[in-house]
Amino acid sequence: MKILTTNYLACAVKTCKSEPAAFPLHFKDAELAREELELNPEFIKNVLPRIDWPALAQTAAELGFTTLPSQKPENLDEQTMKDLHTLLMETQVMEGKLVCGNCGYEYNIKEGIANFLLPNHLV
Amino acid sequence: MPPLPVPTAQDGPHAPDGSEEYETRHVHQVYEHIASHFSATRFKPWPIVERFLNDRPTGSVGLDIGCGNGKYLTVNPNIYMVGSDRRSSNLVRIAHDRKIQDSFVADALDLPHPNTRFDFAISIAVIHHFSSPERRVEAVRRILATLKRPNAAGENGGQALIYVWALEQKSSRRGWSEGDPQDVFVPWVMGKQYMASPASNEPTGTSSCQEDKEQQETPKEVTYQRYYHLYRKSELNDDVVKAGGVVIESGYERDNWWVICSPSGGNPAA
Ligand SMILES: [Zn+2]
Repeated sequence: MKILTTNYLACAVKTCKSEPAAFPLHFKDAELAREELELNPEFIKNVLPRIDWPALAQTAAELGFTTLPSQKPENLDEQTMKDLHTLLMETQVMEGKLVCGNCGYEYNIKEGIANFLLPNHLV
Repeated sequence: MPPLPVPTAQDGPHAPDGSEEYETRHVHQVYEHIASHFSATRFKPWPIVERFLNDRPTGSVGLDIGCGNGKYLTVNPNIYMVGSDRRSSNLVRIAHDRKIQDSFVADALDLPHPNTRFDFAISIAVIHHFSSPERRVEAVRRILATLKRPNAAGENGGQALIYVWALEQKSSRRGWSEGDPQDVFVPWVMGKQYMASPASNEPTGTSSCQEDKEQQETPKEVTYQRYYHLYRKSELNDDVVKAGGVVIESGYERDNWWVICSPSGGNPAA
């Protein structure tokens, strides 16, 4: 589970969809891994405007990344570009849980793969 | 992997009852079995899908709903795609090994995404596995709901490419055509060489299968039956409209109907 993906995840429970507390999901007991990937500057530059920055800042803080600026950067210097690439693309959550802040449901992540299937009573 | 109690050629077809349980038995459990064999036959992207993905601007973020083995996740390295599938966690594991993108297990009718954030979505050969008209329209509605809404002039909305199996495929070896039944079972003959293959780290809570006690000593070919709804001409386009979408482009490619669609302006579809 890449950190960029978590910027696009909300609780799968229907009644949570329109609740602000259901986005972003919160990490619990996250185990991280980093896998080096080639930096694609054009990609980072173009994906930046699409990111929900307050949600990303919150996710980053929960995972212990404290150097992220609190506001979305206007201009990308080389270092910020590299930092974003590392955080969004290279960092992976291998084990742990994603928790909905609205209903409290916990989604498991195992071997890097999250499971968002809901038990029958929540469908 | 031992044979599980999923429908095989010995079972007669059962009429779809439009339930999720029906799809679990006649779609998801079958794919869980055939994942490694199925994946080995799915490596060449269809031209329409490839074109659609390569047309997306750099930095676009999109979904592959029903990503299977994830072959479309790597077509365009300048976009970001999140793949999901619920048919088979074994397929998702194959998809997940494709490094530059991401994938997980999710249900197309309960997608874990905020609405109106995505630039694009694809759903290739997936919604024909939903077993009632309501569930098929609902699947389209859920896909449209994830996409960016168009502006007041109806421009710049997110786009989805949806691909389903056609009823009209007279020239294919299956030979179906207009007037034939649309709800069918399609056999998958599982080659011996894939039977013992392990893709079986049974992941988190995705399968309710129980292992068959009467496991055979030596694996032989097994035929599995998958449920499909075969779309007749214009049916997919009609479903898009019913789901509150707008058809941008549509056509027929190698036994399949496809449509590129967008949410209509105004109220969100979900
Ligand atoms: Zn929730």
